[in-house]
Amino acid sequence: MIAEKSNTAQLIIDKISSSAEKVNFIDNDQLSKALLYLENKGIPNNKHEDYKYCNIDGIFKKEFKNIEQKLNSVTDVAQYKLKDALTLVVVNGNYSESLSDKLILNGLHLTAFSNLDKDEKKLIGSLANVESDAFIALNTAFSGTGFHLKIADNEQLQIPIHILYVSSANSEALVNPRNVIELGKNAEATIIEEQICIGTGKVFTNFLSEKFVGENAKLTSYTFQNEGKNGFSVNTNQVTISRYGKYDNTTVTLSGALVRNNHNVVLGAQNCEAHLNGLFTTKNNQLVDNHTLMDHQMPNCESNELYKGIITDKSTGVFNGKIYVRKDAQKTNAYQSSKNILLSDDATINTKPQLEIYADDVKCSHGTSTGKIDEVAVFYLNARGIGRESAKKLLLNAFAQEVINKIEVDELKDKILNLFENEL
Amino acid sequence: MITIKNLHASIGDKEILKGINLEIKAGEIHAIMGPNGSGKSTLASVLAGREDYEVTQGEVIFNGKNLLDLAAEDRAREGLFLAFQYPVEIPGVSNINFLKTALNEIRAYHGQEEMPAKDFLALVKEKQKLVELDGKLTNRSVNEGFSGGEKKRNEIFQMAMLNPKLAVLDETDSGLDIDALRIVATGVNALKSKENAFVVITHYQRLLDYIVPDFVHILYNGQIVRSGGKELALELEAKGYDEIKKQFESLEK
Repeated sequence: MIAEKSNTAQLIIDKISSSAEKVNFIDNDQLSKALLYLENKGIPNNKHEDYKYCNIDGIFKKEFKNIEQKLNSVTDVAQYKLKDALTLVVVNGNYSESLSDKLILNGLHLTAFSNLDKDEKKLIGSLANVESDAFIALNTAFSGTGFHLKIADNEQLQIPIHILYVSSANSEALVNPRNVIELGKNAEATIIEEQICIGTGKVFTNFLSEKFVGENAKLTSYTFQNEGKNGFSVNTNQVTISRYGKYDNTTVTLSGALVRNNHNVVLGAQNCEAHLNGLFTTKNNQLVDNHTLMDHQMPNCESNELYKGIITDKSTGVFNGKIYVRKDAQKTNAYQSSKNILLSDDATINTKPQLEIYADDVKCSHGTSTGKIDEVAVFYLNARGIGRESAKKLLLNAFAQEVINKIEVDELKDKILNLFENEL
Repeated sequence: MITIKNLHASIGDKEILKGINLEIKAGEIHAIMGPNGSGKSTLASVLAGREDYEVTQGEVIFNGKNLLDLAAEDRAREGLFLAFQYPVEIPGVSNINFLKTALNEIRAYHGQEEMPAKDFLALVKEKQKLVELDGKLTNRSVNEGFSGGEKKRNEIFQMAMLNPKLAVLDETDSGLDIDALRIVATGVNALKSKENAFVVITHYQRLLDYIVPDFVHILYNGQIVRSGGKELALELEAKGYDEIKKQFESLEK
C-alpha cells in the first residue's frame, strides 16, 4: 500500500498565502520552483533520511493546526541590546529600520532586499538551492523582507553587529526571516545572530541566511538561540568561503520547543578554513537537532567541529555531521567531535558522523562520546564539602566551557554564561 | 574526636572491613599501616562516604554525630577531610573556583557568611606557600596535567585551606620523591594543633620519620591486629609483615 502523501505543505500555503506580501526580490522562476518543490516533496517527516529524528511534518500537524498569523508589532527591544554592538532588528521575518541602529560605519552597507538593484538581487538564492530542501523552498516562497549586509573589501569592523530576530504572535504563526551577508576581500567582521520568541502564540521560524566569505576575509559568527517553549525553528545557514577565507561559528541553543539547525559550509577554494562549534541544553520534551555539512571541494582546506549537548528529562538531542571530501580536495584536514551528557534515563541523543571521502591524501577524523555525569568527580567535590547540586553545576559548567570559551565577545559570553547557569 | 566501633564494610559480596575499632582524640596523629589489600584505603573511603561501599555493621561517632548517617558533603562540612590516594582530575573547574565553592559551602553549613574575596585570596597565597605550590597551578583546572607530586601537594593545600578537624591521608606518600615528601610533611606538621587530628595511611616507615605518629596500628585482613607507639613502625620496617601474616594464619587454623 502506498502511504497517503501528507498535505501539510498545501495547508501551510493555503493558510499563509492570504497574509503574505508578494515580494519583488524573488524572481518568478524561483518562486514557482519553490512552490512546485513543496507540492511534490512536502514537509519532511521522519521517513526522510535528513529528518529522521526530527519529524517536522508531525510537528506541524500537532502544534500548528491553526496558523492564523496574528503577528504582534514590537516597539521596544532595548532590553535585548548589547552595549558594545550595532543592533539590527528583524521582527517576524521583516527587517525593522526603526528599531535598528543607524549603520554609520565605514565600509558597511545595509540594504533591504526590496531596495537592491537587479544584479544584487541575484545573490539571493545563489547559495541556497530551492530544490535541495523543503525549508529553503518554504522560505523562498514566503520570504520576509530581509536585508543584504555587505562589508566592503579591506574593511575590518571594530565592533560586532548584533542581529536580533524577534518573533511575536498571539496565534500560531509561521515567519521566514532571511538575509544575505557578504564579506569582501580581506574584510573582517563579527556577527551575532540572536533568536528570541516573545508573545503568547507559538511561532515557527524558518530562518535562512546566505553567507559569502570573500578572499582572505574572516567572518566570526555567533548564533544564540533562546526561544523558549513557544519557539519552533528551522535555521539554515548556507556558507561559502573563498581562497584563504575563514569562517567561525559558535551556536549556543539554550531553549526552544524545537530547534533544527542546518549549517552547510562550502569550502570552495584553496586554503580556506571553517570552524563550527555548538552547545545545546535541552529539557522537558524539547528537541535540538544540529545538522552540519562541511563540503570540501578544493585542496588544502581545514575544518573543525565541536558540538556538546546536555540532555535531560525526556528531551532529545541530535548531531549529524557530514564531511564531504571531493576528489579534488587533497590535503584536507577535517575533524569532528560530538560530546554529550545525558542527565536522565529518558533523555536521548542521536549522534552520527557521516564522512564521504573521495580524495586519497586527507586527514579526517571524528569522535563521539556520550555519558552520564562523572560520579568519581562528584564524589571528589562532595568530599570537599560541595553539595550534590553545586557539584553537578560545576561539572556541567566545566563541560560547557570548552564551547563557551570560543565566544570572544565578552558581553555576549557573560550573558550566555549567566543564562546557561540558570538553565542547569 | 572520632570513635569507630566494630565497623564492617563490603563491596559487592566481598567483606573488606571485618570489625574495626579505633579511638582518636584531638591532638593525636595515628598511623595505619598494613600490607596491600588489608583494607586501609577502604577504611578511608568508608569514612569519607564513598557510596561504592556498604557498611554492614558498626558505628562511627564523629564529634558527637553519627558519621555514617551523613552525606559525604556533610561529613566534609563537619570537619572530616580525605586526602585522596588518587586525586581526581576535573578539567574545566579551576582550583580557585573549586576551593572557593568548597570553603563557602562549608561556611554556609555553619551559618557563616561567604568569605570576602580579598580574604580568600590572601588565604590562598598563605597556604600555597606552605606546600610550595606554584601560583600558576592554583589557577589551572583541578589536578589537570599535574604531576603525581603536584597532585599530592594540592591535596595538602586543599586541606590547609579547609582546615579540617580530622584529616585522613590515604597513602599521600606513594609516588613522592624525597623533596615532595618533606614538603607534604612540613605542611601537615604546620597544620597540626591541639584541636585537630590526623590519620596517616601508609605502607612505609619513611613518611613517619617526618610526621611522627603518637600511635601506629597494623591493619590486616580487615581488622586492626596490633597497635603500639611509633616504634611499632620501625619494627615493621625491619621485619616486614610476614610475622603478622604467620601469626594471623596460625590463628585461623
